[in-house]
Amino acid sequence: MALSFLERHKMVERNITLLAILAFAVVTIGGIVEIAPLFWIDNTIEKVEGMRPYTPLEQAGRDIYIREGCYLCHSQMIRPFRDEVERYGHYSLAAESMYDHPFQWGSKRTGPDLARVGGKYSDAWHVQHLKDPRSVVPDSIMPTYQFLAERELNAGDMSAELQTLYRTGVPYTKDDIAKANDDLKAQANPDADATDLKARYPKAQARDFDGDPKKVTEMDALVAYLQMLGTLVDVNAPAAQEVLAKEKGR
Amino acid sequence: MEMVVLRAGAWFAVLVLAVVAWALAVDWGFGVHMLICAVAAGLGLIATLRGSDIDAISRGILRSPDQGKYDDEPIRWGVIATVFWGMAGFLAGLYIALELAFPALNLGLEFINFGRLRPLHTSAVIFAFGGNALIATSYYVVQRTCRARLAFPGLARFVFWGYQLFIVLAATGYLMGITQGKEYAEPEWYVDLWLTIVWVAYLVVFVGTILKRSEPHIYVANWFYLSFILTVAMLHLVNNASIPISFFGSKSISVYAGVQSALVQWWYGHNAVGFFLTAGFLGMMYYFVPKQANRPVYSYRLSIIHFWALIFLYIWAGPHHLHYTALPDWAQTLGMVFSIMLWMPSWGGMINGLMTLNGAWDKLRTDPIMRMFVMSLAFYGMSTFEGPMMSIKTVNSLSHYTDWTIGHVHSGALGWNGMVTFGALYYLTPRLWNRERLYSLRMVGWHFWLATLGIVFYAASMWVAGVTQGLMWREYGPDGYLVNSFVETVKALHPMYVARAFGGLLYLSGASIMTYNITRTILGHKLRDEAPLNETAFDPAKDVPLKPAAAL
Repeated sequence: MALSFLERHKMVERNITLLAILAFAVVTIGGIVEIAPLFWIDNTIEKVEGMRPYTPLEQAGRDIYIREGCYLCHSQMIRPFRDEVERYGHYSLAAESMYDHPFQWGSKRTGPDLARVGGKYSDAWHVQHLKDPRSVVPDSIMPTYQFLAERELNAGDMSAELQTLYRTGVPYTKDDIAKANDDLKAQANPDADATDLKARYPKAQARDFDGDPKKVTEMDALVAYLQMLGTLVDVNAPAAQEVLAKEKGR
Repeated sequence: MEMVVLRAGAWFAVLVLAVVAWALAVDWGFGVHMLICAVAAGLGLIATLRGSDIDAISRGILRSPDQGKYDDEPIRWGVIATVFWGMAGFLAGLYIALELAFPALNLGLEFINFGRLRPLHTSAVIFAFGGNALIATSYYVVQRTCRARLAFPGLARFVFWGYQLFIVLAATGYLMGITQGKEYAEPEWYVDLWLTIVWVAYLVVFVGTILKRSEPHIYVANWFYLSFILTVAMLHLVNNASIPISFFGSKSISVYAGVQSALVQWWYGHNAVGFFLTAGFLGMMYYFVPKQANRPVYSYRLSIIHFWALIFLYIWAGPHHLHYTALPDWAQTLGMVFSIMLWMPSWGGMINGLMTLNGAWDKLRTDPIMRMFVMSLAFYGMSTFEGPMMSIKTVNSLSHYTDWTIGHVHSGALGWNGMVTFGALYYLTPRLWNRERLYSLRMVGWHFWLATLGIVFYAASMWVAGVTQGLMWREYGPDGYLVNSFVETVKALHPMYVARAFGGLLYLSGASIMTYNITRTILGHKLRDEAPLNETAFDPAKDVPLKPAAAL
């Protein structure tokens, strides 16, 4: 029996095409079984009350978050443990990152989780902390980000970015896409009229974020992003609790 | 002549395209990258127009011996590139380790902040050091085990230089903040496209060489190399699927979001470990360990079983990076179960390697290169036990998000990948440059001990750091409140971060000794005057009985 198994394997060892086809077939199975269902299973694709796409300013802030590699030290995924829920807030729902292209759950907490950091600290605290972390948290080991406050935000064409996001499935309206560049400025300018923006993006916070109302800086965008993290879904609302009940085994 | 015109035309077209893209660039980082591409195309154009014999120039630079029966020129370049990128990657690693211990070292400069240097470190070590080692050794091994010269020699050289361009674009991109924001898949869309072209060329050269083999059997090392090349192609294409915002800008939007994005990424991420750092390196192991030991592979049957089991099981293990997240529970459990099963085929590889030394264990005393290989297999066995253990959900609830994970990857990367690569480099250099032996074997011993000690410092400090922080996060006082604020858990790690950096320094010192040793071997300097390793000390004058006490 063993001999015949080895004999048969010799066919594979003498034929590179056969070897390549078999090796490739074997490595595709696991991915297909695990990944494909996620695009159809309810609790990974359903929408929760309150979730909306990012505003242009928040999206620009998120781009800076990615550019600076924040995800290498900060997670955005609270696990359902007593200590994590007490430290960071309600554990994260699948739907809360449904518009994140790509996800920013992270893999390491050199610094604390940020999934629900929005609203926990003042804008001024964030600005001071980003400029010089050790001036507010003496034992912090975070790098300084003074340059964000000095540099005017040059986010590129936000209409094009929203259009691309729309193509990957984020439900921006035609209006959102057309007004993206104006929305970007309106959200960080205390003098601008943000009613239209707030109507299209519920719970959007419009104000000067970096303490420098004269210009829109990268700091404005990043703080706007941090201040909205985890604020969209009211996790204690009955609708959200119903969704949570279906997420088994957490 | 027509060929020259055609090739010059192609280079010129690339040059023009790169310059146009540079002029139209919507962000400065993309402009810099197009300029780098234009310079590369310009160099190609000049070389073509001057009718330069590239191989002759290359042989001059590398001081190559006369061409042998095999096509070794790209392998010589690969050896040098591996050493160079290894040093760059280790140095970047040491620097970011020091940044975590002493944050002032970030210097307030955006280009060297931890967040930008970390991808530089991981990519330099995995893709530049590891990737060059894999390409170079696979070229060497496939020729020897097939008894055939490389197929498509021009393409084989394109793979080497194209891969270096990929590394340069990726590395400079990280410093400028060009990233997709996915760990180990940071390069942006145009760099990914370029890598795809290079990778297909690599597959063509590798399979082409196997097709023209003189040996009827395809040797086991080549199975592993083949599955590594094929699977990495699949992972790369699926995980990097994205839409550029502008064809003249660096930023793109990944087609996946949220949960799907997370699982695709860790399916990719874990199998970058499984196929880039395991299957490919097992290919190396299966050639160099038997050659250095001068013994046949221990078990042919075991190699068949563990090959198919390993590549089948690895693919399933990705979800263990997402325990207790919003990923559905069934996927987490599947990932955990397959990760635990993966322990067996992994140890199959280790056993097959170690048992190859049956009857040759005495070489450990006299052959420092063999020592490298054995230590490498020992670390492979250790980290492939640790990995399945950490994938158990209960263990993972403590270890995840902590430095324990960092310690785990480094015992694999520094121990297994690093040591087996060093061994292969020491094996290859004298043979490729036709030298009697390495400049110094004693220095290999020094390298071995410095590297081993460095890993011990690294792994031990990260275990302590990870468990400490994991326990501190979940510590409750008698009053029912959390005991530690987050920053107190950061403060507690400082001594461990210093110890880790010291371990990195030892490892880097060992690699520096290797660089020196290999450089002098390549330059053909006279062998270092040193005590030979293969003789037991013997002094005939001392080999006499003691004088009887009465004679005193």
